[in-house]
Amino acid sequence: MERKKEEFFEPPDAGVRTQHHNVEVRLENLTKEFTDKTGKVTVAVNDFNVTIPSGKLIGLLGPSGCGKSTTLYLISGLLKPTAGRIYFGDEDVTNMPPEKRGIGLVFQNYALYPHMTVRQNILFPLVNMKVPKQEALALAQEMAELVHIGDLMERKPNQLSGGQQQRVAIARALVKRPRVLLLDEPLSNLDARLRLQTREEIRRIQRETGITTIFVTHDQEEAMSISDEIVVMNEGIKQQMDRPQAVYEEPVNMFVAKFLGNPPINIFEADLIGGRLVLKDGEVVADGFTEPDQEVFIGFRPEYLRVSKNGKITAKTDLIEHIGRDTMILCEIEGYDHLIRAIVPNDMELKVGQTIKLDCVKLFVFNAETGERYR
Amino acid sequence: MLEYKRDGWKAAICLAPSLLLMCIFTFWPIINSFIMAFLNNYYFALNRSDIYNSLMDVDKSFAYFMGGRFTGIGIQNFITLFRDKDFLIALKNTAFIVFVSVPVTVIIALLIAVALNSIKGLRGFFQTVFFLPYVTNTIALGLVFNSLFHVDYGLINKLFNMVGTSWINSGATWGRAMFVLFLYSVWDGLAFKIIVFLSGLQNIDKQYYQAAQIDATPRWRVFTRITVPLLSPMILYITITSFMGAFKVYSSVIGIFGTGRYGPVGNYKLLITIVGYVYDQFDVSGMPFGVGSAGSMVLFGIILLITLIQMQASKRWVHY
Repeated sequence: MERKKEEFFEPPDAGVRTQHHNVEVRLENLTKEFTDKTGKVTVAVNDFNVTIPSGKLIGLLGPSGCGKSTTLYLISGLLKPTAGRIYFGDEDVTNMPPEKRGIGLVFQNYALYPHMTVRQNILFPLVNMKVPKQEALALAQEMAELVHIGDLMERKPNQLSGGQQQRVAIARALVKRPRVLLLDEPLSNLDARLRLQTREEIRRIQRETGITTIFVTHDQEEAMSISDEIVVMNEGIKQQMDRPQAVYEEPVNMFVAKFLGNPPINIFEADLIGGRLVLKDGEVVADGFTEPDQEVFIGFRPEYLRVSKNGKITAKTDLIEHIGRDTMILCEIEGYDHLIRAIVPNDMELKVGQTIKLDCVKLFVFNAETGERYR
Repeated sequence: MLEYKRDGWKAAICLAPSLLLMCIFTFWPIINSFIMAFLNNYYFALNRSDIYNSLMDVDKSFAYFMGGRFTGIGIQNFITLFRDKDFLIALKNTAFIVFVSVPVTVIIALLIAVALNSIKGLRGFFQTVFFLPYVTNTIALGLVFNSLFHVDYGLINKLFNMVGTSWINSGATWGRAMFVLFLYSVWDGLAFKIIVFLSGLQNIDKQYYQAAQIDATPRWRVFTRITVPLLSPMILYITITSFMGAFKVYSSVIGIFGTGRYGPVGNYKLLITIVGYVYDQFDVSGMPFGVGSAGSMVLFGIILLITLIQMQASKRWVHY
């Protein structure tokens, strides 16, 4: 029974399917169109180009309906692309049926077979692969230990909590040693506490197995916290792919800037006049722009604001919320009808209605029409 | 909760008409036939002298019950019943329909439903085709089978060049006649079962199949390990109701052979069934009602027993 971890991810048979591990997944010009009954065409995934490095945990992030799940199902083979190619390593798998691709897929609602015990669920893929019974049992047990459900093997899925079901689903997906592990909204069915715990668990399992893992989520915190890299998607189009912190700090456009961050980024209209960035109340917050005069959007994250005597932005506090470690202040700037959020240290003595000066450590400037980032 | 309790009498009023009708046409007959089954030589003849006798209690050799007279309480009816060759034939015929044609029908219906569920185009058309027998009258369907298998001009005999082979006409053997009845029962029973299975199949989450596909599960294994277990509550429901229905098989036999006959000319009790036997008891003048009642009690007992066994078995095999 006792095996070393290295041995563990050796293929159970000498089949082609399991020979490659930790493959790189490459999507080239991937496009998926859906045509509904009235003949209306919806482009769910639009000319998508991504290379997912081998052995990494990648989060596919975007609002609902952005095509991220479709992308995942295209990688799995359950959906066929309208155009474009999918490569696992050097192998073109575009027209390969899902069962030949060597993927493990964890469904959003887990899709555990309700009439089978945990053990039977985990064994199911192995029986199809005709793994000898003793070996299959040992493998299933090891997988269950890996996801910490080794003592629940005789239970039925409905006797398990959401988090435990999730682990069974992961064990079932991993037991056949897939080349790529795909997770569809893995945490959306869990309550807040379990979500935190489970996402760390997913991270741990991915590290221990070293398998290329792609997961889909609409929750930025989830994606940011465990991914090696995140891919932000909107309306079927890839917006940005980078390390989470890099995407957060250097968003390529206004969509990414707005989509990431909690509390959300402050976005304001401002004007570029003679290379200077001017707020509606006439204050100049930055200069040195080479773009022609135009209206732009500026964005600054709440934590980028500092209360300082020499601050360039004059604001009046409207609401002060103590949120544990920090204080969040909502304040008005003359000329704007919406409030801005700033996160400041707790020790600031602030009163509602007070006029303060704010300094902005970092700000983004976006094209008002395309959302493209200037600075 | 209290508010609902106060409405109890309203509910009672609403239910009263149907309860009353059920008492008259269901509960009382059940109780009555149960009692009659245990009355020896029960003779039902409601005429003046009987009423007079029952009121005055003149003839001490008879006891009276509900306008009929009997000689004692006991199991004489059951003894008569099991000594009657016709009843034993009826038991055999009914058992064949129940234990052969019902399982075959359920399996065929399941396979057709799965096949229907997996096709995309023309699904509505095929659903209609398979549901047609359900809206067709049993007797009319019987007539169709009757002419299909007619000895001289039946389509089957002409098709297979067997004119002269008697299936349901004079000279037919038990095997041939039962084969026709078997085909008929399967065909007649398919429609409803297919519809129930189809609706059951459509309620199974597609993701189970996607998960199975990703795991490279062979088709047969998907059917036996996923479809059948997930459909097992439906299969149990269909099996139990079909068994009950098949135990009461009667009109299909009449449909094939014609009024008042359970077999071909010259052997009109060839395919007699339990219900047919019971029904005949009330038809024969001078025969006591008791034997008929005893026959229905036996039928009731068998159905109860089989259903209990099925319920027990379901605890192991059915997954809710």
